[in-house]
Amino acid sequence: MRLIAENLGGERGGDTVFSGIGFALEDGQALVVTGPNGAGKSTLLRVIAGLLPVAEGSVRIEGVVKIEDVVEIEDGGEAFPSIAAACHYLGHQNAMKPALGVAENLRFWRDFNGDGHAGVEEALETVGLGGIGHLPFGYLSTGQRRRAAIAKLLVSHRPLWLLDEPTAGLDKASERRFAQLMGKHCREGGIIVAATHLPLGLDEAKELRMGQ
Amino acid sequence: MLALFLRDIRLNIRAGGGALTGVIFFLAVIATIPFGVGPDLKLLARIGPAILWIGALLSCLLGLDRLFQADREDGSLDLLVLGNDRHMLALTVLTKCLAHWAGSVLPLVVAAPLLGLFMNMEPISIGATALTLLVGTPAITFIGAAGAAVAVALPRGGLLISVLVLPLTIPVLIFGVSASYGATANPDPFLQPFLILAALTLFLAVLGPVSAALALRHGTD
Repeated sequence: MRLIAENLGGERGGDTVFSGIGFALEDGQALVVTGPNGAGKSTLLRVIAGLLPVAEGSVRIEGVVKIEDVVEIEDGGEAFPSIAAACHYLGHQNAMKPALGVAENLRFWRDFNGDGHAGVEEALETVGLGGIGHLPFGYLSTGQRRRAAIAKLLVSHRPLWLLDEPTAGLDKASERRFAQLMGKHCREGGIIVAATHLPLGLDEAKELRMGQ
Repeated sequence: MLALFLRDIRLNIRAGGGALTGVIFFLAVIATIPFGVGPDLKLLARIGPAILWIGALLSCLLGLDRLFQADREDGSLDLLVLGNDRHMLALTVLTKCLAHWAGSVLPLVVAAPLLGLFMNMEPISIGATALTLLVGTPAITFIGAAGAAVAVALPRGGLLISVLVLPLTIPVLIFGVSASYGATANPDPFLQPFLILAALTLFLAVLGPVSAALALRHGTD
């Protein structure tokens, strides 16, 4: 699968935030988007996801996903009709309900998103939250909430991860663990686009600097 | 879809869900009427169905602003919108409406017969009003969903939603009340307005979620 952006522009409330962005990512590649506050990193991710309209240029996915045991592919047809269907979007908010348990939240997103990948307990173990799945999400600390949101990326399979400040609030150990998770995702043929201020520990990531 | 339905029901029941707020408001409205109107039992019995319907309508509008706003605040709404290719957004909205109805409005319908006693209504009149409420209130939720979707980005959208939605709910109110009266007042028919009420609910079950989905789709920023 390829994610291709050509001369991409985005706007918020009628003002152009960025324009002329272009990149092409193959299976297993990562793109780290950096830049000062207000450079349009979050807007770029939301435009890619399809949550905001494309102001100019285009962004699309091409080809099929290579991971055969996860997604069934018919005769070279595209497995995903749009970027929205192929992506996990991890925004500033964690998209979890404070009144529900952590495991309950994850189970919901697993059922809703489909393409079950890791089990809920397994995903919580992976992000270091094993054994607290029964607690209401509202009881967790900021870093733990972020880790629970990261576990959400693991319970359903999506080839494309769009991450907006994914490590905000994480401690050093969790950052390293998350870097390993992203590395594993890329080795399995996934694509990552991450907007961040902090180094993510991705070895062979391309870099896109915005706002210059 | 079932997962979404169950999640919303759970959220409604648990702390801060507001399932009881509507019922308590309904109770407060209906309990006040006899004091205002006075101890004329015949008059109370006559206006009973209309008052129950108006009370239920206002209570329905009470919780509507949280229908999408809670999901928007914690970022879930983005993911629900992104899931459009797997679950059509209009169906997602319909599921949320049904969960909202079952969690917040169905208790009103259950409470209505009890509150009917406050209004000195006859058993048959109480039964007819509860039945019309059961059939008619989903329509209010479906219209309300469209209003809630339009006002989702406004922090104090609750009143705006009520003002937007109230005129559109008038047909539901008219046919609901006339069917309730039809059960007791002899020359008036019951079945015809009741069927129109059912038709309104089915029609709005399509139109409401589709327009709400459209508003949500273009309201993300």
